[in-house]
Amino acid sequence: MGNIWVHAETTDGVVSSITLELLAKARELGEVSVFHAGTDAEQVAGELGEHGATKILTTGDLDNGLPGPALAAAVAAKATEESPSAILFGTTYDGRDVAGRLSVKMDAPVITNIVDLLDNDGLTGVEPVFGGTTNVKTRFTGETPGIFLIRPKSFNAESAGGAAAAVETLTIPELGATGSAKVTNRFVEESDGPKLDEAGIVVSGGRGLGEADNFQMIEDLAGKLGGAAGASRAIVDAGWVPYSYQVGQTGKVVKPDVYIAAGISGATQHMVGMKGSKTIIAINKDPEAPIFSIADLGIVGDVHKVLPALLEAIGN
Amino acid sequence: MKVAVCVKQIPDPADPGAINPETKTLNRDVKLILDESDSYGVEMALQLVGEDGEVVLISMVPNNERNGLNNALAMGANSAILVSDDALSGSDALSTAKVLAAAIQRTEPDLVLAATESSDGYTGTVPEQVAELLGLPSVTFAKEVTVDSGNVAVKRQTEDGYDEVDCPLPALVSVTAGVVEPRYPSFKGIMAAKSKPVEELSLADLGIETNTVGWAGGRQEIVSIEPAPEREAGEIIEDEGDGHERIVAFLQEMKVI
Repeated sequence: MGNIWVHAETTDGVVSSITLELLAKARELGEVSVFHAGTDAEQVAGELGEHGATKILTTGDLDNGLPGPALAAAVAAKATEESPSAILFGTTYDGRDVAGRLSVKMDAPVITNIVDLLDNDGLTGVEPVFGGTTNVKTRFTGETPGIFLIRPKSFNAESAGGAAAAVETLTIPELGATGSAKVTNRFVEESDGPKLDEAGIVVSGGRGLGEADNFQMIEDLAGKLGGAAGASRAIVDAGWVPYSYQVGQTGKVVKPDVYIAAGISGATQHMVGMKGSKTIIAINKDPEAPIFSIADLGIVGDVHKVLPALLEAIGN
Repeated sequence: MKVAVCVKQIPDPADPGAINPETKTLNRDVKLILDESDSYGVEMALQLVGEDGEVVLISMVPNNERNGLNNALAMGANSAILVSDDALSGSDALSTAKVLAAAIQRTEPDLVLAATESSDGYTGTVPEQVAELLGLPSVTFAKEVTVDSGNVAVKRQTEDGYDEVDCPLPALVSVTAGVVEPRYPSFKGIMAAKSKPVEELSLADLGIETNTVGWAGGRQEIVSIEPAPEREAGEIIEDEGDGHERIVAFLQEMKVI
């Protein structure tokens, strides 16, 4: 179905996993080019090619500018020449920035929160709503290329063994004031153990823990199991743990082998982010908590009793 | 300093209602409340402007609803612009951004604040679309914001940590939940809100053609709405002091321990 353009996100020569996931789907749908902001296009050309991209359209160095305005302006200009049939983004911080700006530049609407793309009578996005209990399928009716924002872990990244992608530098139009935000410093927050969205085991805590100090039990259990600790939005908003812990619609999407939800009732917002886990264990004192409807093992009980006993039983 | 804050009035997320099978959108014909995500932007604005500044709320609805807006006025915002027009029904993110941008333009703010995304539509694209429409620079996903001599400094959330970003005003900043602790409206605030100016505008007042927003402006169709495949329900047991043993057995079966 023609040319599919994919937003490629990289950091110092490392391609992000969501980019590879999108490429796996995009190459089923048509000829794939990627667009990219940064100085590492040559470094990632091999890997992106292996995953199905034939061309990298890159802005090159942005002089510490945020990618949104520059990449969107450059891609919009290129798209009027080459008319791609669809433009795909991951639901990431930069992905949403570039997609938003691009949508205005092209006067093209965006379909968001997609977990699958179907090629039937026009590219159709599948969006889960109401905590993933209902799927809504949407397609574009206008003339502009469809812009889709796709959630992480929707597709499995897989190498297709293609040749290195050809690098082409984009022309960045004059940005005016929009390009004036500059990054002055970057901070990486190191944490022990695996990353939340890559861990095979995730232990998450919620409001049912009662107070911030009790989150230590979640950290301890995650540590003992070699997993990562996560949290519901409620306790992130309450300031118990940083935003980077948040699992859910507005946080990370996780699909571990085992997900343990302790003191989490299962708000829609949370369920969307963890429903794809292979197995789910829930501990909650309310037998009516929605989390039990998707749990493989549900313990109706007090987390303040179950967690300490569990920690002791597992030992070291 | 003048700060414009985009606020959305949404159906209570605890009782979101249902999808209307005819229009295929969320039924919004219920009492609307201030989106909790937006209370952070309102609080941030109040803190940034201090005593001498001005906070203007910007909101749009198809049906004159003001309940959520009143809540934000009671927190301390000075005034509001409410775009209310039947034709806004069914508006997607881009249409919403066009309307908000046109309303914001009338107030000429130094800074525009918005939540990163709403709690009902959660597209997460509106702030950036508004910025582009207004020709403003933007910093999204802010977890800390300070304003100093015509410049806004932001700690911006990233996948691995955060970036420090500097941006000249006027600019748009979207704030994450938890960035500040929103105040509860005081009784005095609630009473004062009743006499604060709310300018109500139609699309015609903003010079926006009705066919560029709402259903027509979205240029997309909902093909189907179906129940998602359900997870098979598992085993639910009451903890009688042995709950942890069941978990251990489960983890052993999964070869985790």
